[in-house]
Amino acid sequence: MADVKNLRTGAETGLSALFEAGRKSFATEEAIGREEAFRFFEATGLPSRRVEAFKYTDLRAAITDAAPPAEAPSAEAARKAVAAAKGFAAIEAARLTFVNGHLIRALSDLSGLPEGVTVTPINDAMGKGDARLKRLAPVEQARENAIYQLNTAFLADGALITVAPGAKPDLPLHLRFVATGTEAFSTATRVLVDLGEGAEVTILESHEGPDGIAYQPNDALDVRIGKGGVFRHARTNREGNAAVALSTISVRLDDDAQLETVAVVTGAVLSRHQIFLNIAGEGTNVVVNGAAMLRDGQLADSTLLADHAAVGGVGREQFKTVIDGNATGVFQGKIIVRQAAQQTDGKMKSDCLLLTDEGQMMNKPELEIFADDVACGHGATCGAPDEDLLFYLMARGLPRPLAQSLLVQAFLGEAIESVSHEGARAALIGEIEAWLAARG
Amino acid sequence: MLEIKNLVVQIEDNRILNGLNLTVKDGEVAAIMGPNGSGKSTLSYVIAGKEDYEVLEGEILLDGQNLLEMAPDERAAAGVFLAFQYPLEIPGVGTMTFLKACLNAQRKARGEAELSTPDFIRAVNGAADKLEINKEMLKRALNVGFSGGEKKRMEILQMALLQPKFCVLDETDSGLDIDALRIVSEGVNALRAEGRSFLVITHYQRLLNHIVPDVVHVMSKGQIVKSGGKELALELEASGYAEYRTGEAA
Repeated sequence: MADVKNLRTGAETGLSALFEAGRKSFATEEAIGREEAFRFFEATGLPSRRVEAFKYTDLRAAITDAAPPAEAPSAEAARKAVAAAKGFAAIEAARLTFVNGHLIRALSDLSGLPEGVTVTPINDAMGKGDARLKRLAPVEQARENAIYQLNTAFLADGALITVAPGAKPDLPLHLRFVATGTEAFSTATRVLVDLGEGAEVTILESHEGPDGIAYQPNDALDVRIGKGGVFRHARTNREGNAAVALSTISVRLDDDAQLETVAVVTGAVLSRHQIFLNIAGEGTNVVVNGAAMLRDGQLADSTLLADHAAVGGVGREQFKTVIDGNATGVFQGKIIVRQAAQQTDGKMKSDCLLLTDEGQMMNKPELEIFADDVACGHGATCGAPDEDLLFYLMARGLPRPLAQSLLVQAFLGEAIESVSHEGARAALIGEIEAWLAARG
Repeated sequence: MLEIKNLVVQIEDNRILNGLNLTVKDGEVAAIMGPNGSGKSTLSYVIAGKEDYEVLEGEILLDGQNLLEMAPDERAAAGVFLAFQYPLEIPGVGTMTFLKACLNAQRKARGEAELSTPDFIRAVNGAADKLEINKEMLKRALNVGFSGGEKKRMEILQMALLQPKFCVLDETDSGLDIDALRIVSEGVNALRAEGRSFLVITHYQRLLNHIVPDVVHVMSKGQIVKSGGKELALELEASGYAEYRTGEAA
């Protein structure tokens, strides 16, 4: 039988050339398996809609050029870009600043960290063959994912954060990602967080960049939550309007660990934000929420995989999408309950509010349950704002746009209510208000 | 104050109002009574500006301004207030946020300055006390988890805050126990004033013991068929709507 092979696209050929060219400048790759990741990626190429997990988000069609990895910016360019950054800017936090995917030490609080928290730049960790890199291996399904493989292959910078057992720093850590420039570029960063037994931390993450530049950020966050640890995470994605933004969160939870994560997405022409959870410990509690607000031509994909492998895990996943104009929302959520994971309690929901007739929403919920004593469910809704509610608000004097904004805020608010950090919650509400204000 | 002339309204080809004429004078409390299906709630929605209804003929003038040419929010700013029969629950919208947004939107539309936060809170607390509304309720999402009586009290609270010119009460007594009926009625009575008129829509005479009307109109088949003083309500209570019901489907 003839060997059938897909023709490689220009972007794929370009990525191979960039990988070969970059090889000399990469930091030691052993610890993360850069070479292996790229060979895996090369064998399959950019995923197209024929790949089930990318059915609605065709990266092969969307990424037509392999953008070169961004150079480290000049000190002046970095300072200017960061001065204009808005994401979580008003919140008192210890900050790690990345400009075009490079950790800018001068603009980071590497020395002023809260007690119990240590940060090692990932290139230092890789150079020294830091053993923690192995311990923080990603969830298996993430490792097999093309986006994560590309992140591994081109990984340029990042940080390894350790929170000591029992440590509960008062201040959150803010991972601030800022893009700047006038031509297309790509970035690949990874932040690894090792949360010791009983430790609690809040990580804020913001992404922003210029409009009109087709830059391609690819960011990964690998987390291991030790026994009884609590990891709280809030993210805003406000990339420029021509960016193709890819991200992967991979979390392993030990016994009694708790995870709270929420992402508010307004940026990028195309985005794919994926979360992989390995619920390895018993009695865990997981809250994964998302809010996406999209307008003309945008596509935003939130993909979630929660793999329950132990008894008594509770999971609440709630995704909200508001679509204005001819934008597309995608939600793919899969809950796996392995045979050992009895008494898993999982609820997953995706709701969409369509403000015009041109928008579309794709929902793909999946349950794979191998245990017999579980309570798992999923639901999806899609509709226009309720005319009766609009009338009620208008009859009290609110003009239609204001009444609609109030309903949109209320709709999205449910996804944000779970954010424990008050300042972060207010900042995320601010993101919603800014999006609505720009809508006019 | 309010003048309705030859109002003809239909919804999905069903004619509900058939050339209705009604005048409510300045400072007057007018009651509208009538059997089910006579068009009372339709009338209240058409005055407030709900879109589902098609107005084929006629006009509604509030101090000479034609309401039919105005959006619901413009009517509200002009002084129209509809106390809903079934106030809607709006999850995620805090009661205080809602009240402040409404008050300031109306003030803005009238070219008035926004109320400062302390003044606003004082106004809300004052009105809430009179209506025996628990402050905890004000912290919750609008009408979410409120009992029927609490929702109606919240409607009257909004009325007290917004100080409208023309108030329509659509079966405000439905779902109220005796105590709630008294509290709501006292709230309405406290707002009776020169320059403010009320249209009180009800099935039952008992509400009119508490909110004593100046005029009672009987509505049937989309028209006002009889008008009289407050004693007309008592007559209806005794004789029922039989004589007005002829030829009606419901």
